[in-house]
Amino acid sequence: MSKPLVSVKHAVKTFQVNKGMFSEKKYVHAVNDVSFDIQAGETFSLVGESGCGKSTTGRLINHILVPDSGEVWFDGTDISKYNEKQMRPLRKDIQMIFQDPYGALNPRIKIQDQIAEPLLIHTNMSAGERLKKVHELLGVVGLNPMHGERYPHEFSGGQLQRVGIARALTVNPKLIIADEPVSALDVSIQAQVLNLMQDLQEEYNLTYLFISHDLSVVEMISDRIGVMYLGTIVETAPKAELYQNPRHPYTQALLSAVPIPDPTHEKNRITLKGDLPSPVNPPKGCLFHTRCPHCTDKCKAERPEFRTVGKDHVVKCHYAEKF
Amino acid sequence: MAEKLLEVKNLRTEFKREKSTVTAVNDVSFSIDKGEVLGLVGESGCGKSVTSLSIMGLLLDTSGKVTNGEVLLDGQDLLKLSKKEMRSIRGRKMSMIFQNPMSSLNPCMRVERQITEAILLHNKFSKEQAHKRAYDVLKSVGIPDPDTTLRSYPHQLSGGMSQRVMIAMALSCEPDLMIADEPTTALDVTIQAQILELMLQIKEERNSGILLITHDLGVVAEMCSRVIVMYAGRIVEEAPVKELFADPIHPYTNGLIASVPKIGSGVKKLPAIPGSVPDLSVMPKGCKFAPRCKYATEKCRQEEPKLQYLPGSTTRKIRCHVFNRAKEGGEQA
Amino acid sequence: MADKEIKTTSAGGSYEAEELPKAQSKVKEFVKKFLRRKTAVIALVFVVLMILVAIFGPYIAPYDPAAPDYTAMLQGPSAAHWWGTDEFGRDVFSRLLVGTRLSLSVALASVIIGTVIGTVLGLLAGYYGGIIESIVMRGSDILFSFPDILLAIAVVAIIGPGVVNIVIAVAVFTVPSVARLARSATLTVKESLYIEVARSLGCKDWRILWVHIFPGTLQSLIVNFTMRIGTAILAAASLSFLGFGANVTEPEWGAMLSQSRNYMTTAPHLVLFPGLLIFLTVLAFNLLGDGLRDTLDPKMK
Repeated sequence: MSKPLVSVKHAVKTFQVNKGMFSEKKYVHAVNDVSFDIQAGETFSLVGESGCGKSTTGRLINHILVPDSGEVWFDGTDISKYNEKQMRPLRKDIQMIFQDPYGALNPRIKIQDQIAEPLLIHTNMSAGERLKKVHELLGVVGLNPMHGERYPHEFSGGQLQRVGIARALTVNPKLIIADEPVSALDVSIQAQVLNLMQDLQEEYNLTYLFISHDLSVVEMISDRIGVMYLGTIVETAPKAELYQNPRHPYTQALLSAVPIPDPTHEKNRITLKGDLPSPVNPPKGCLFHTRCPHCTDKCKAERPEFRTVGKDHVVKCHYAEKF
Repeated sequence: MAEKLLEVKNLRTEFKREKSTVTAVNDVSFSIDKGEVLGLVGESGCGKSVTSLSIMGLLLDTSGKVTNGEVLLDGQDLLKLSKKEMRSIRGRKMSMIFQNPMSSLNPCMRVERQITEAILLHNKFSKEQAHKRAYDVLKSVGIPDPDTTLRSYPHQLSGGMSQRVMIAMALSCEPDLMIADEPTTALDVTIQAQILELMLQIKEERNSGILLITHDLGVVAEMCSRVIVMYAGRIVEEAPVKELFADPIHPYTNGLIASVPKIGSGVKKLPAIPGSVPDLSVMPKGCKFAPRCKYATEKCRQEEPKLQYLPGSTTRKIRCHVFNRAKEGGEQA
Repeated sequence: MADKEIKTTSAGGSYEAEELPKAQSKVKEFVKKFLRRKTAVIALVFVVLMILVAIFGPYIAPYDPAAPDYTAMLQGPSAAHWWGTDEFGRDVFSRLLVGTRLSLSVALASVIIGTVIGTVLGLLAGYYGGIIESIVMRGSDILFSFPDILLAIAVVAIIGPGVVNIVIAVAVFTVPSVARLARSATLTVKESLYIEVARSLGCKDWRILWVHIFPGTLQSLIVNFTMRIGTAILAAASLSFLGFGANVTEPEWGAMLSQSRNYMTTAPHLVLFPGLLIFLTVLAFNLLGDGLRDTLDPKMK
């Protein structure tokens, strides 16, 4: 196998919750020992419920956040110890698409100037060349190049997401991190954007890290998937394998909970009891044991490591082979 | 045929803008029977939430106003009632569950006071009786330790818990009709599954009617017996849920269902509906969906179709000139 | 229509570019919204009038503001002297007209200086946080613990009276409130997603501050600016009234008010007209600020 484009090794990130001078310090364990690789040209998805640390993981890779411990390798270098200045030339290669297309654009700047911003920072193009490139990209993402003169508030959500994608493409990035790129969009618009992202991947040979809570969307777009729970990845597998043969009890419950838009579909739902434990005090032993229908004493005492259960399929469960 | 609980006739709601008025809900008619879950689906801006607010009489804080139509609850026209009469009906005969449970609860009040407030308002209960009732409803929505929850403030509850509390509040006076506006959109899938199950269970126990407003076709397929699809403030299709998903006739419904990714389908590309929803102030003439419809004809662009029964059916209604062609998936216009 | 549609051939499929509604010029929209606020429009007209008077006052004044006329001392309003005369027989109307320039420019200069310094400090404090923030904000807190006018008096007491020193004094007490405002606006904008985007694109700090954050704070700063002018006029007038400001012979609103104190019972018009003018000008600036705030607020229709 070739060298992966991204390699995250045992990354840990905590945030302090209370800043009081006298009270005991508490930490949110946002990312708790996460490891995965992304190969060039593939779409790797992180899927999980809110607060599971998937967005934080994305921010560790594009160096908006720095891990407390562990390593983040990008294109052959460990960037986790880089400072902002060392990181700057690499920023060109990692671009992001965000969930909130309105929020990701500065409301006071024309969209053509915002799309051109990465070019201004990372290249020596003249203003004319930049504008030409912007017009070309607006066409590529299906917007009228004449609309570059407009401000963000004049566009709809789906159109703004296209603007965000155009901006990410300007500097031919090696990796695009898409953080819930379609969750704020209506279903019909969502399909437009997903199709566009796949077309662009073929055309420009892009690598995606796709972060989402929506399992049906993830199935459509991914090659491999990592399922996150409470700051850690509990299962990683190729798409078909994960959906047909999920091994972790959490993955199984998650898959069974997704409503299927087909009234004739037989429901065979595993309903999880209770709520997500607080990431300030993650449970001892297996992180999922408080809600797991198959929990044993071993699960309460001992935190499981990854077990390989098939080609490219790893699971963090003591009984992975059994399920 | 079951008893009719709610009947909405020709509802029209308008909003004042700077100079003009825009029509958010136009000529909407439907009914809900007892023990029935009616789904109201559509994308953002299609008027589904405004419809529910109009029924509840909660438009007062907005610039919106119901300008035409009737809302009959048990035969009584709610639009003709005074504010005071309306207040006695809200909560007691019908209640609402909102999308965002966190912001719908008062952050400065303990859960107990918020629940008992509604109970005391509509019943001649003593404080002890109200407390008992609050305890019971919390228990009935699956809260494991009602006493602790009653003493909590909303910020101490998780998202799923606060939605349960909201549902408990909506249930506290045993209403006949529940209007749930995107009740699970803010929740995670595993919690959503719990809440949906709870709502179905309650419906079974009390034979109440539910108007479920959502954009999520998966939720509709699981919960509803009948579905109304709205687009640009109008009903474009009405059908029993199985027929709708098996054979969506209106080109919009068809496109909507096709554009939802389905688990296990193995599809990589989705057939998307081109374009976006028209702004309320610049509505196209004729059929509102015509600019995005691949079957649209000159007639569609000129003349708005009426909502009428599908020939040979007594349960399906459709607002389309070209449904025959759309049905056959025939030639593109 | 056909010539406007752009079809792209890229990436396997073709996307039809959608038409957007016609662009509305931002300036036009702003003017339209502003004109709907009647009080603000009246205030603006008054402010413009005062600025014109400040520029052309000396040329249109019917009398020489410094020329005494011992035949007509302490006269009430009449056809010859519209707003009466003072204890030296000087025409009050002319003196107020000419004094406008000094009063307004003192206020304007001090607020501009204070706002520029305060904005820079606030932006830096809000963006970098840490030690810079602590120094700026604790410094403001200290200045804040004095009542405005007392602070100005203290400053003038140290550096001595005079017009320039009044400007400095008023600027000094403008700085902390502007710095605080700029800091909180910076903090709000800094939290926006597009600032994180700018960082992830590789923008340098100065670019983020200047291109992305500063324009976002401008709105509240402009509103504050107009309101502070009202305060500054009052403060300058108060300082002059207390005798720290303009030379007694120079016509200045506050100074005129101060000198007329002794004649309050015998010639009330001497107090009335300067007082009225100060009151109206301050009110106009405040109403203008209110109107601007409402117009710039995207949530207000």
